[in-house]
Amino acid sequence: MFRKLVEPQETVTILFDGKPIKAARGDSVAAALLAAGVGAFRHSEISKEPRAPYCLMGICFDCLITIDSVANRQSCQVEVAEGMVIQSQQGLRVIDGRVPE
Amino acid sequence: MTARKITAVTDLAEAYDLIIVGAGPAGLTAATEAAAHGVSILVTDESDGPGGQMYRSITRLSESQFAFLGPDYWQGTSRVKAFNASTISYAPHTTAWSLNPVEDNTGANTSGTGVEVGISLAGAARLLRARHVILATGAMERPMPIPGWTLPGVMTAGAGQIALKSAGMVPAGKVVLAGCGPMLYQLAYQLLLAGIKITALIDTTDRNQMGKALAHLPGFLCSPYFFKGLKLLAKLRSSVPFIRGVTGLEATGNGHVERLRYRKNGQWQEIQADLVMLHQGVVPELSLANSAGCALDWNPRQLSFQPRLDGDGQTTVPGISIAGDGAKIGGADLAEVSGRLAALGALSSMGVLEKARKADLKRPLERMLARFQRGRPFLDTLYRPSDGFRIPSDDQTMVCRCEEVLAGQVRSAIAFGAPGPNQLKAFVRCGMGSCQGRLCSLTVTEMMAAERKVNPEKIGFYHLRPPVKPLNVGELTSLPTSREAIMAAGGSDHR
Repeated sequence: MFRKLVEPQETVTILFDGKPIKAARGDSVAAALLAAGVGAFRHSEISKEPRAPYCLMGICFDCLITIDSVANRQSCQVEVAEGMVIQSQQGLRVIDGRVPE
Repeated sequence: MTARKITAVTDLAEAYDLIIVGAGPAGLTAATEAAAHGVSILVTDESDGPGGQMYRSITRLSESQFAFLGPDYWQGTSRVKAFNASTISYAPHTTAWSLNPVEDNTGANTSGTGVEVGISLAGAARLLRARHVILATGAMERPMPIPGWTLPGVMTAGAGQIALKSAGMVPAGKVVLAGCGPMLYQLAYQLLLAGIKITALIDTTDRNQMGKALAHLPGFLCSPYFFKGLKLLAKLRSSVPFIRGVTGLEATGNGHVERLRYRKNGQWQEIQADLVMLHQGVVPELSLANSAGCALDWNPRQLSFQPRLDGDGQTTVPGISIAGDGAKIGGADLAEVSGRLAALGALSSMGVLEKARKADLKRPLERMLARFQRGRPFLDTLYRPSDGFRIPSDDQTMVCRCEEVLAGQVRSAIAFGAPGPNQLKAFVRCGMGSCQGRLCSLTVTEMMAAERKVNPEKIGFYHLRPPVKPLNVGELTSLPTSREAIMAAGGSDHR
């Protein structure tokens, strides 16, 4: 869907759903995942439909994702960091951290 | 003298003379202008660097590699340089989530009023005081609710530009641009110069609007945008397959967009697409102004609400001004002038700048303002998105992306008697999700106006309450509490 126009000079490694991804330092988590070809960032709360970033500017909240155990972060507003652990979100969040079937 | 960068709430003062929210074209010039008059200034911005969406990542990109972004982008370098050289505090990665007028008789403030701004930065929140606030929060893209617009791979043209500027990313595979308006063509042009092949540009410009726009042509001919626009469109027409006169769109695919269907001359056809970028103009982002109670008026030509302002950019709430596209859509050049005007207005209302001096300083700026406004009526009229793309006729089209409310459900609630957009929330939860109505408010207002056959002004807008951006409990509990606040909440005196 996207590719980098210029090879990044500095990279960091982040984990997305357990898989390592090389990301350009300074990029947002959303940009890093899109560049790595990630299709769905989450499945929606109600109909469990796949969703991915729509606006990339902090308006749409469709890029919400779990970053270092904190759910519902706007991935377009968070910069990647070495060793960051990122998880896609499945449906509604529940209070004890379990994900409903 | 250089800008002081704030990276933690502990670096913040409790109060500033002026707080500017947003470091885009309007915020940058407002800060630079006001700093020259020696007041204390804090500029907060959500992004990682100054520039807003227009000059996004300008300090990170290499001009030789990204020359194709054009002179309109690279003129931002001088704006950011002036900003960085001024005596201000600048807080990037900072979200402003509340805005309230408060009583304030501290210091030299003789007006008796002030403003409180709630911000969060690096995991902690603060409530800051200002004698005056300038909102320079810019615009957002008008929602374009077509069937399938929630599929991964369907994005806005603005997102395409941000990917390009902030991450140096370009579309791979089949990219289709769809909609209308200057920004869509600008993105196509930038991608073309970057060497990207655009599969198609599906143009939804309403053919009936050309005749109406002609009345405003003389103004556009004398505007700085005429030759720019002409050159850009000529290049696009010769290099990108244009599909014009499209009256319906639908994105389809299994888990990701695969095709864009379009209706032309009454016939549905389809084109394969790995990435679809939609656009049909921009509208002011009003969340903070709305939550602070600033009066909003419907602009029938721009089909959006906008804050009611005086010639200084002052809203109906004392101490709060708005500059740039967050006030009225006019583009970056106009935003830069309006930022300076708002700064002069704020300085004058604080008593720092004498009225006569303000009038002298405003005069040349007002002439520039008039020049940059000249082309707007033509563009607004020509690229007025047609009703079908603003008010979905198909009941299955999603209106509220967050709570997944369909057009049919919204229409039933309207028919059932929901008196206004705020009451509609209670019927179908439309606008109650995480985006807080940003992507459905205009659609809901216009749907309601159409069903009831009244002016959108009569229907009104969602009333927003703070926090207008999500705040987690950790951030909230980091707020310092006063003894008065604890007692007011029924707390005990023993801490």
